[in-house]
Amino acid sequence: MSLLGRIAPQLIALAALVALVSFFFPGFLSISYHDGRLVGPVIDVLKRGAPVALLAIGMTLVIATRGIDLSVGTVMAICGAVAASAIAGGLGVGPALLLALGAGALAGLWNGVLVAVVGIQPFVATLILMTMGRGIAQLITEGRILTFTDAGFAFFGSGMMLGLPVPAWMWLIAGLGTALLMRLSALGLLIEAIGINRRASALSGVNATVLLIAVYVASGLCAALAGIVVTADIRGADANNAGLWLELDAILAVVIGGNSLLGGRFSVTASLLGAMIIQTIDTGVLLAGFPPEYNLVIKAGLVLIILVLQSPRIAAEWRVWRETQRAPPPDRTRTEGGA
Amino acid sequence: MKFTTFLSGAAILAASATASFAEGEVVGFAQIGSESGWRAAETTLTRNQAEERGYQLQFSDAQQRQENQIAAIRSFIAQGVDAILLAPVVATGWDSVLEEAQEAEIPVVLLDRQVDSADELYLTAVGSNLVHEGEVAGEWLVGEVGDRDCRIVELQGTTGSSPAIDRKTGFENAIQGHDNLEIVRSQTGDFTRAQGKEVMESFLQAENGGADICALYAHNDDMAVGAIQAIKEAGLAPGEDILIVSIDGVPDIFQAMADGEANATVELTPNMAGPAFDALEAYWADGTAPEKFIQTESKLYTQVDDPAGEYEARKDLGY
Repeated sequence: MSLLGRIAPQLIALAALVALVSFFFPGFLSISYHDGRLVGPVIDVLKRGAPVALLAIGMTLVIATRGIDLSVGTVMAICGAVAASAIAGGLGVGPALLLALGAGALAGLWNGVLVAVVGIQPFVATLILMTMGRGIAQLITEGRILTFTDAGFAFFGSGMMLGLPVPAWMWLIAGLGTALLMRLSALGLLIEAIGINRRASALSGVNATVLLIAVYVASGLCAALAGIVVTADIRGADANNAGLWLELDAILAVVIGGNSLLGGRFSVTASLLGAMIIQTIDTGVLLAGFPPEYNLVIKAGLVLIILVLQSPRIAAEWRVWRETQRAPPPDRTRTEGGA
Repeated sequence: MKFTTFLSGAAILAASATASFAEGEVVGFAQIGSESGWRAAETTLTRNQAEERGYQLQFSDAQQRQENQIAAIRSFIAQGVDAILLAPVVATGWDSVLEEAQEAEIPVVLLDRQVDSADELYLTAVGSNLVHEGEVAGEWLVGEVGDRDCRIVELQGTTGSSPAIDRKTGFENAIQGHDNLEIVRSQTGDFTRAQGKEVMESFLQAENGGADICALYAHNDDMAVGAIQAIKEAGLAPGEDILIVSIDGVPDIFQAMADGEANATVELTPNMAGPAFDALEAYWADGTAPEKFIQTESKLYTQVDDPAGEYEARKDLGY
């Protein structure tokens, strides 16, 4: 199946959403260019969707191994706090970035070892860091919003490169890099093999333990990048709120991308489209000007519709229904039995 | 020689003993936790106030759990403290522990939040009137814009929370009857900087790049700080092109006001302990019972009120 065929449902859902949002906010697709930067709602979606898109890249790999990483939102807060305290301590942009990425890799290593070596279920293993980690972030920031004024670091949140916001470039490059690495090498295949049957893949010579640890480290690094984006965006580390509940949006993005939570075949590109679908809903709700009480209901409703339309069961029912439309069924009980 | 040393030592002991009788009251403080900078500042100021007045403060951090607060109050009662300050984490479920304090004849003062127990169970409650805060913010804007037409965007707090509901109501009360002021967009920014910035970006997109917005009203300062960044990134001058008024009085908004990027804030004072101790002193002296609700001042600060100095005074309070 070609890539286009794989991501067709997500593209259709995204196009339908854009049409829907444009109905309520006609200027949604308008993009203007001034002061060397593109401005418009679509650019906002690309920028604001960056944290979830970055998380979704790592989450896709973890889910492909039949795992899950609930700690990514918290890891964002930790890495943001590390970066902000490094900047506030006068260390400069380079060391701050390295320390934040190091903290993300360390968090991923912790999760990976618990899952692959100790053998704790991924849900439980990453739950530990999810609940405990926010405390670590609060210790680093001493419970306050740690602010800084360094323009060099703020560039990663609100800077512009070639007309596009830097956060958008970050997830585009990270996503493209990961997708190419997975598909041009055998890495993607090996990860899928672990997800389908870890024991069988290990018996056929795949080093499952190292690969499992590696995907959790990758997820930690993605969370670190997301943490850098949100911290640089508001020029401060907010340990209480940074990345709060974003692990759930990241999992949702992977699921909307058509990836199975039971592991196996995966598509990073489809997950990224899932992230953009979520952000289009979020931004669309804000632009449409509904009262805020409706925000979550609208989001839940749209996500439900998208997931229901994607479900294999519904697709099969739809085929059966179409066949019955062509030729009236001689026996009704057969179709009611379901597909 | 030895004898005189003993005498002077005894004199010092006697002096310190009388001093502790005069002002050595022991006060137990059952704090919620340190979930926000404001809460941390409240703790710092309560400690400072107790120290200034020579009280001994027994501090308990309940980490957002009511059972911890109840346990702390019981231990204060067992120690026989002279008064208990309680910042209740929830409104319900305090009857039995408040009755125990009453039986032990220990006055309880509620800080910042209310409980739904009968009001004879506590001495008084010190707090801010959230509706009034919104009114102060709205009245400032009404006075500032005069007869000009003003399209206002509003960043609400967490949907359904009482500060969001009351601060919205107060602001709407204040601008009622002034037809030149109109709230054109209102969305929740969840009281956070990141959400404040994101929602402000969408306001700017929806209102002609921000050209149609005259003023921003944010239910707290953190959202205003986020919104200020969004306005700057859109190429507008916050504080001039778009007037900004918010509530809380955290250090960073004073910094923004000093830089000319915000216009006004209504302070939610973290000094709830000062009025509480004043009421307690009157009560200890001759049993004077204060009013059941002591409303703290919702003071308005603008760019002319030395924001740089206010920032310096606040930055080390733990915000």
